[in-house]
Amino acid sequence: MSTPNPQLDAQGHLKHFLTIDGLSRELLTEILDRAEGFLGVAQQAVKKVPLCRGKVVANLFFENSTRTRTTFELAAKRLSADVLNLNISTSATAKGETLLDTLHNLEAMHVDMFVVRHATSGAAHFIAAHADPHVSIINAGDGRHSHPTQGMLDMFTIRRHKPDFASLRVAIVGDILHSRVARSQIHALTTLGVAEIRVIAPRTLLPSRVEEAFGVRVFHDLREGVRDVDVVIMLRIQRERMNSALLPSEHEYFHLFGLTEKRLSGARPDAIVMHPGPINRGVEMDSQVADGPRSVILEQVTNGIAVRMAVMSMCIGTQNLNSQGRGEFLNG
Amino acid sequence: MSNLDIRTPALGRTELWKNAAEIDAAIARMVDELTGLLARQGIADPLMIGIHTGGVWVAERLHGALGLHEPLGHLDISFYRDDFTRIGLHPQVRPSCLPVGIDDRHLILVDDVLQSGRTIRAALNVLFDYGRPASVILATLAERAGRELPIAPDVVGLRARLDRDEQIKLSGPAPLILLRGQAPRKPAGKSDLKDARSNPEEDPRVSPGPDPETNRP
Repeated sequence: MSTPNPQLDAQGHLKHFLTIDGLSRELLTEILDRAEGFLGVAQQAVKKVPLCRGKVVANLFFENSTRTRTTFELAAKRLSADVLNLNISTSATAKGETLLDTLHNLEAMHVDMFVVRHATSGAAHFIAAHADPHVSIINAGDGRHSHPTQGMLDMFTIRRHKPDFASLRVAIVGDILHSRVARSQIHALTTLGVAEIRVIAPRTLLPSRVEEAFGVRVFHDLREGVRDVDVVIMLRIQRERMNSALLPSEHEYFHLFGLTEKRLSGARPDAIVMHPGPINRGVEMDSQVADGPRSVILEQVTNGIAVRMAVMSMCIGTQNLNSQGRGEFLNG
Repeated sequence: MSNLDIRTPALGRTELWKNAAEIDAAIARMVDELTGLLARQGIADPLMIGIHTGGVWVAERLHGALGLHEPLGHLDISFYRDDFTRIGLHPQVRPSCLPVGIDDRHLILVDDVLQSGRTIRAALNVLFDYGRPASVILATLAERAGRELPIAPDVVGLRARLDRDEQIKLSGPAPLILLRGQAPRKPAGKSDLKDARSNPEEDPRVSPGPDPETNRP
């Protein structure tokens, strides 16, 4: 590689987790394998392991989120880290503090990891570029760009049901244009080597030249698009898209792109249905599908904790390696 | 293995220390000792738990020979190691699996080689995050000098007299043999870590094969 990946340290260990794009299949597989180990922690009477004892994790959420923030918080707590939840939109920035001032103040409190969600694409990269070298940054969603832990928890959920990525056909349905989740999923599915990725969306919700840019097949008809697929991933439709006239109405969207049992019948009989949540019932899918036997939507939430524990402990572990490396260098 | 603080991915040069028949005999002695111990302590229905990976191989044999009817538990102690702050996460972590609740039960904890005692310290911490056992008996296939913590086994198959820089490693799952070799000499610290990190990854979902590390947690 010509330019070093800013997410990796000099030895290639994960230091930050900003985007799936550019990470190797081996590293993605390592994250998935490690997450398997962390699933068992939920079976313990004391749902905690002491890996990150004494570390401080700050959740910096510049944008609202319930599920992502709580699962990151729970993941950090299950690793025995101390967690700070900062709802930045209502605190420091409202008083005129800049993003970097906020960051440096938290660094002065000896925070070891920042979990960042921001409405601007590239915010997590920006913070990683300006943070102290001993701090790790996890991207919890930046603008339309990336939501890498969501992408990996989706891969983890798929692998638990269908271990052989090479044989899979996966369809992603919905607002591809605005979706950081879809971008992360497409990068991960491509790197893990699935047989085929399809995107199914109205023309107004697709980036231009999406076939060349992402190597996917495009469908504008849901029934046709899900034919013979192993995995159907539904994306959330945001209400503000209706206001900007990209979609006529919720009713109209459901009529054309809502997933129903009938439309799903063309998929493989053992196909699974996923959704990053929260679901708009009656817009992206009807309740029969959301609560049906093929839905793995709640499993995704459970798996999200294990995957986030894996990513956080890998980054903190890399900090440990590097701090030891530094000490050794000084000792000569 | 118990000597957590020496991370050698493989013994440099190895020689056979105990062959399969000698291991069989040692396990048979452990079965006799365990039977006697359980009888003396009035324990009728113990649960057996093996520590990944070598401890599980030994536990499988003991479990069968003792005719325990409840399933064997597996413990991975990677998340409880005392050196995470120095070396990061161990490359191979398999999920722990305790199929039967351990609250108020008498446990037999099984490992392959006891040296520093740090693995057993970690294993006890894992167990107590699953519940409060009535008692824990420690059975190890082999024991050697080098204890760093106040931990003593209740049942031991073999006692090894080794030089300080010698190591033993269980190879398995079938046949079980013990190898002996010199711990490769190298400066402690970073190079050590690199080796520990560059171990071939093993898919945790496939059945455990021989562990490439001498001192698997």
